[in-house]
Amino acid sequence: MSVSDWVSISDSTANKVSPYEVYNLPYAIGHGLWEIIGGVIAWLINIIAPGNRLSPFLIGDFVTNMMGLFIMVVVFFAVIFIVNLTMIWIERKTLGRIMDRRATRIGPLGYLQNLADGLKTFLKEHIMPEKADKKGYMWAVSIVIGSAVLIAGMIPLSPRWFLADYGTGLLLIFGIFAVSPFMILVAGWAQNNKYSLIGGMRAAAQMISYEIPMLLVFASVVLMAGSLNINEIVQFQMDNTWFIVPQIIGFVVFMVAATAEAERIPFDLPEAEAELVEGWQTEYGGMKWGLIMLSDYFRGYVACALGAIMFLGGWAIPFMDTLVLPEIVFLLKVVLLFFIMVWARGTFARIRTDQILNIGWKVLLPLAVINLFIVVLLKIGGVY
Amino acid sequence: MTSKMWVTMGPQHPFSHGLWTLKVRVDGEVITDATPIIGYLHRGWEKECEHRTYPQIIPMADRLCYSASMTWSHLYVMAVEEGLDLEVPERAQYLRVVADEICRIQSHLMWLAAMGTDLGNLTVFLWSLREREIFLDLFVKLCGQRLTTNYPRIGGVRNDMPYLFERDCMRAVERFEKKLWDIIALMDDSAIFLSRMQGVGHVTRKEAANLGLTGPTMRGCGVDFDVRRDDPYEVYDLFDFEVPVSQDGDAYGRYAVRIEEMFQSCEIIRQAMAGMPDGPVRVKAPRNVPAGKHFARLEDPRGEGLMYLISDGTDRPYRLKVRSPIFVNVSASKRLVLGARMADVPAVMGTIDMCLGETDR
Repeated sequence: MSVSDWVSISDSTANKVSPYEVYNLPYAIGHGLWEIIGGVIAWLINIIAPGNRLSPFLIGDFVTNMMGLFIMVVVFFAVIFIVNLTMIWIERKTLGRIMDRRATRIGPLGYLQNLADGLKTFLKEHIMPEKADKKGYMWAVSIVIGSAVLIAGMIPLSPRWFLADYGTGLLLIFGIFAVSPFMILVAGWAQNNKYSLIGGMRAAAQMISYEIPMLLVFASVVLMAGSLNINEIVQFQMDNTWFIVPQIIGFVVFMVAATAEAERIPFDLPEAEAELVEGWQTEYGGMKWGLIMLSDYFRGYVACALGAIMFLGGWAIPFMDTLVLPEIVFLLKVVLLFFIMVWARGTFARIRTDQILNIGWKVLLPLAVINLFIVVLLKIGGVY
Repeated sequence: MTSKMWVTMGPQHPFSHGLWTLKVRVDGEVITDATPIIGYLHRGWEKECEHRTYPQIIPMADRLCYSASMTWSHLYVMAVEEGLDLEVPERAQYLRVVADEICRIQSHLMWLAAMGTDLGNLTVFLWSLREREIFLDLFVKLCGQRLTTNYPRIGGVRNDMPYLFERDCMRAVERFEKKLWDIIALMDDSAIFLSRMQGVGHVTRKEAANLGLTGPTMRGCGVDFDVRRDDPYEVYDLFDFEVPVSQDGDAYGRYAVRIEEMFQSCEIIRQAMAGMPDGPVRVKAPRNVPAGKHFARLEDPRGEGLMYLISDGTDRPYRLKVRSPIFVNVSASKRLVLGARMADVPAVMGTIDMCLGETDR
């Protein structure tokens, strides 16, 4: 029997055990890849032992689905990872332009600098303070990093590029997004260092000041769209108008709060390096620190992606009903929002703890309430 | 968390700009007590000078402060000239004034850069250092060095200004006066910067006098005194310049005074270059200083520098005492940070413009 008897590319949606009812591009890639790889393996095994029962099993629906899902997760994560590396690269290049200095230098256009930095942190020694709370020290930072990667994986890039299409959608993302400040508090405590303790306390103080306005904005978006599901929110914006038009106040509040949530200048109080050395990260070194830095960018990506989904119409192109390269359109919007964050970082100074409380409670919260009222009025008035 | 705890900021700490420690007692984030600890950089400078001949001390005076080397060596040669009763050629005096003002600008730019990082903005840091580079280039042309200039000599200066130095100087000043506005816009037009600087580290006029503050730190509290104007040395009495004074008394007042001082320094450089006389730049100085007590003071970028020289008639000083402005100003740190927040410490202490080389000597 020749190899063509074993290798055949079929429709991934036709797989009987597939968890996806709609077409899913990364799953289709994984499905097709395994049909090629598994088919070749099955053919080779069949040459050695003709007529065995392993070869048909390898190209059967069950194994193809399992390996397809496995390859899909790898592809999905690799894409997000590359997007994040690109965002770090964009940030460094933009800051270099703003500050009138050279930015990244390694590789074509300095793109490989991030990988070089990652390798450098990877080669560092693993150091843990002797009097630190070992469990708290490791678990807290693991959850900080893990939650960042988890929510990055929960954001769909388009109706055909997602890991799971779930009804709770935004609510789950916001819930996991808010886990990290708690864990920063734990990490600050566990390190047995006064700087990190103050940094952790600042994270807690910061969280209570921006979390509430952010959730109010989230509530008004959900109220307007009438759904928590990300696909439906984007579809609603495609059918009507993008939410940035009626909810421009909400958009501004969300971007400020999201900058704080992602702990970027001007709201990077927990890691204020001028007075707290490195804040809550003081005792984390080597690859742990590198992963914390990377998770910061994952959180920045999630913040910008949520902004794009909730206000900029997700993967939709303005004045067009059809989707053209939705993943690219979506990522372009994310990068646009990220650029605003980078710009703010190059321009502003770091604000103080009492000032962020003032901004959160006296400026952002009233604005978010006003935004909610506007949405309610528009809903009652039957505009949406 | 206990209600109060001591946090040791330093000696290796991003805010300290050198080796010194500020122990603060914090209640939550509010500072209830503070103690500055200095002395990590003590090199026995004054004692070491007693074993060197007078000209040998000039390069050592350079090393008192890394960013104000010109004014310190200038101060030293002024003290020795006082003892020798030496008349310095007028051209040399003009050159010293020009060099001092270039030094003042680059020192203030160094402070502005540090101020930027203290407040969490790297753009201010890099833009200030970019402008500072122009003035360091002027130093290279004038004395061949960027930081440790070793330019003044007992009885004049080491060399005349090089070919086209006047043109370069004018160009640098003109460019700088435009470019400084970019940095000012980045700070003064930003509500966050203002909210971080205004109302923190407040010192009243009376307290400033009691603490013995000098220089921009004092003028930021409303005390109108500048050695260049009120006790002129060299040829400062020939120039028309203003002494900026702020009545605010907070970090912003000190910031505003330093910024305006840079503009005034540009004005002085321009006038000095326009009125530069011809003639020699150095006279022969005797080797031994006659026995006696001599004293010189000048306006350092950080405050009032003072040198007290006791000579015993040999070619080495019997005693050389330095009054460092920062040594006195740092004693005000407790008063400055009391009641402020942890995050205000870099902003407040940044406006003091710490330089540990001269403090610990």
